[in-house]
Amino acid sequence: MTDAAAEIDTVATEPALILRIRGRLTLAEMAGAGARLRAVAADRPVTLDLSRLLRLDTAGAWAIVTLRARLAAEGHALRIEHAAPEVESLLVAVEAALPRAESEPRPRRSLPDRLDALGRRVAGAGHTGAEMLGIFGLFLARLGRSLVHPREFRLTALVHHCEEVGFRAVPIVALMAFLIGVVLAFQGAVQLRQFGAEVFVVDLIAISILRELGILLTSIIVAGRTASAFTAAIGSMKMREEIDAMRTLGLDPAAMLFVPRILALLLMLPILGLIANVAGLFGGGLMAWLTLDISPGMFLTRLVDGTDVENVMVGLVKAPAFAVIIGVVGCHAGMKVGSNAESLGRQTSSAVVAAIFAVIVADAVFSVFFAQVGI
Amino acid sequence: MRNADAEIVIRVRGLVTRFGPQVVHDGLDLDVRRGEILGIVGGSGTGKSVLLREIVGLMRPAAGQIEMLGTDVQQATEAERAMLESRIGVMFQDGALFSSLTVRENVEVPMRAVPGLDPATRAALADLKISLAGLPYLAGDKYPSELSGGMRKRAGLARALARDPEIVFLDEPTAGLDPIGASAFDRLIHRLSRAMGLTVFLVTHDLDTLHAVCDRVAVLAERRVLVTGTMQEMLDVDHPWVHDYFHGPRARAALATAGKE
Ligand SMILES: Nc1ncnc2c1ncn2[C@@H]1O[C@H](COP(=O)(O)OP(=O)(O)OP(=O)(O)O)[C@@H](O)[C@H]1O
Ligand SMILES: [Mg+2]
Repeated sequence: MTDAAAEIDTVATEPALILRIRGRLTLAEMAGAGARLRAVAADRPVTLDLSRLLRLDTAGAWAIVTLRARLAAEGHALRIEHAAPEVESLLVAVEAALPRAESEPRPRRSLPDRLDALGRRVAGAGHTGAEMLGIFGLFLARLGRSLVHPREFRLTALVHHCEEVGFRAVPIVALMAFLIGVVLAFQGAVQLRQFGAEVFVVDLIAISILRELGILLTSIIVAGRTASAFTAAIGSMKMREEIDAMRTLGLDPAAMLFVPRILALLLMLPILGLIANVAGLFGGGLMAWLTLDISPGMFLTRLVDGTDVENVMVGLVKAPAFAVIIGVVGCHAGMKVGSNAESLGRQTSSAVVAAIFAVIVADAVFSVFFAQVGI
Repeated sequence: MRNADAEIVIRVRGLVTRFGPQVVHDGLDLDVRRGEILGIVGGSGTGKSVLLREIVGLMRPAAGQIEMLGTDVQQATEAERAMLESRIGVMFQDGALFSSLTVRENVEVPMRAVPGLDPATRAALADLKISLAGLPYLAGDKYPSELSGGMRKRAGLARALARDPEIVFLDEPTAGLDPIGASAFDRLIHRLSRAMGLTVFLVTHDLDTLHAVCDRVAVLAERRVLVTGTMQEMLDVDHPWVHDYFHGPRARAALATAGKE
């Protein structure tokens, strides 16, 4: 086997063009000899002398066969001489396999097409909302059923998910809330000192953390951690047809997958919110002590006297709603995963974005509601 | 070309493979000759896929020597490996197509390494390979997840053939195909092998394939290559497993149809 690159000699030009191919006409030669074959003018019959051809592969055969097609379109013939039997049969095989259908140019997108696409996306968003509502309904129905048939309830799975969703999130949630408390105390102190009203920093910390920040930031962290985990777990089962297998085995994916996950979130998010409240107050109290000389005893007295326990309630009452939002978004995105790995990645990241966005929107709705009701 | 002293393109000597305490191969020897279609058979879990992975350099055996196209696979330098990789094609048991690329882009991937190949030629050649593998023209624009199992196999073959390799490794190419599709696949492999002088390392359980296309058969059993020879020679082997394999009811049916053709 030699590595002779293909050479094309012109033997004669009149009346027919006679070309002799020497060496290996292979894929590696497509840029050289292949390009020369493609450049042959289709204005007269062509004869190819293959007596010196060392090796031909499908790429080389393709170059010859397309030349023949080009000549035929102009009404000329391509004659092939001195071809070895293997070369002959390869040419036949490639000619038979040559894709016939011409690729028509892609249609340009017109204005109606764009409008159509926009309309579809709007309708699709409505559809997605309906699907999420459907998952929530399924969750409630299956939960209700397991109240009637407690044996069907998957307690082990629930405990497992409580650990994943709740227990393992405690360090990050507590640290986050502690730091928020520190920041609030520090910033509040700088502003309130101008009026000599340092002591109100306690009210500032207590109200902002207990009413808003504790549960909102906890939910955002949990949305990032848990919605993505739900989507990845359910999505990879969907991808490997495990969910279809469950259905055919008479197992209900909603009861097996949705109920333990969403229920775990429902149970754990209020607890995490409470932990965040305590850690936030602790951070704020520490900072107030260090920078404003508000002693822990004073902080505590001020906290108990000045802030109503209603604030805690207003904060934590939002937790179940946020939990359902996060769980439903995560499970829904998981069920949307198609059969390839790329859609798994896409759905996972979009689940996180959607869950955080929905939590913030819901928080805004709660704020407006509480303001209207006057709490 | 296919006589006994033809050039040996793959030479395996004294191969030992272990997974923890489990010994899969123990002193396995195998020769593959240029231009032949060698069928590898053996029970499930006898290490056919593992042998294939070791030959193409995806796994290192515990001991033994593997030589392919004159290069020691385990001692090869980067440059030698790249050279080897351009001369072989592998079709994995379940296609192993890149799921984020269309079929055409999948077939183009190996061709990107060829210097000076312009995109239009590359796409045209990819379409040719797709069509050679027996897929309809429109399949090139589809993603692997949109294909049936059999179509994925064909797409995997098209990618394995993309650079016109000298040796192709096929892991159970006809498993899961309908009988008509399977025999079309057999004919395709046979024709390509003869037309391009392709050496084919074919792992299969399909007795029809063995009869239809294989020049020689190697039987993996008892942690080594027990026997090699033509299908005719296999029928006379005394070993109980080999006897059952080539004389079972399915084998007889396959033999009968092969005889009729
Ligand atoms: N990565 C791995 N780790 C541990 N054991 C493995 C690994 N890969 C393969 N094995 C073991 O090696 C043995 C051979 O596996 P291999 O996949 O080669 O079987 P096979 O002959 O191809 O079977 P089949 O016909 O079912 O495809 C099996 O017993 C398997 O359990
Ligand atoms: Mg296998």
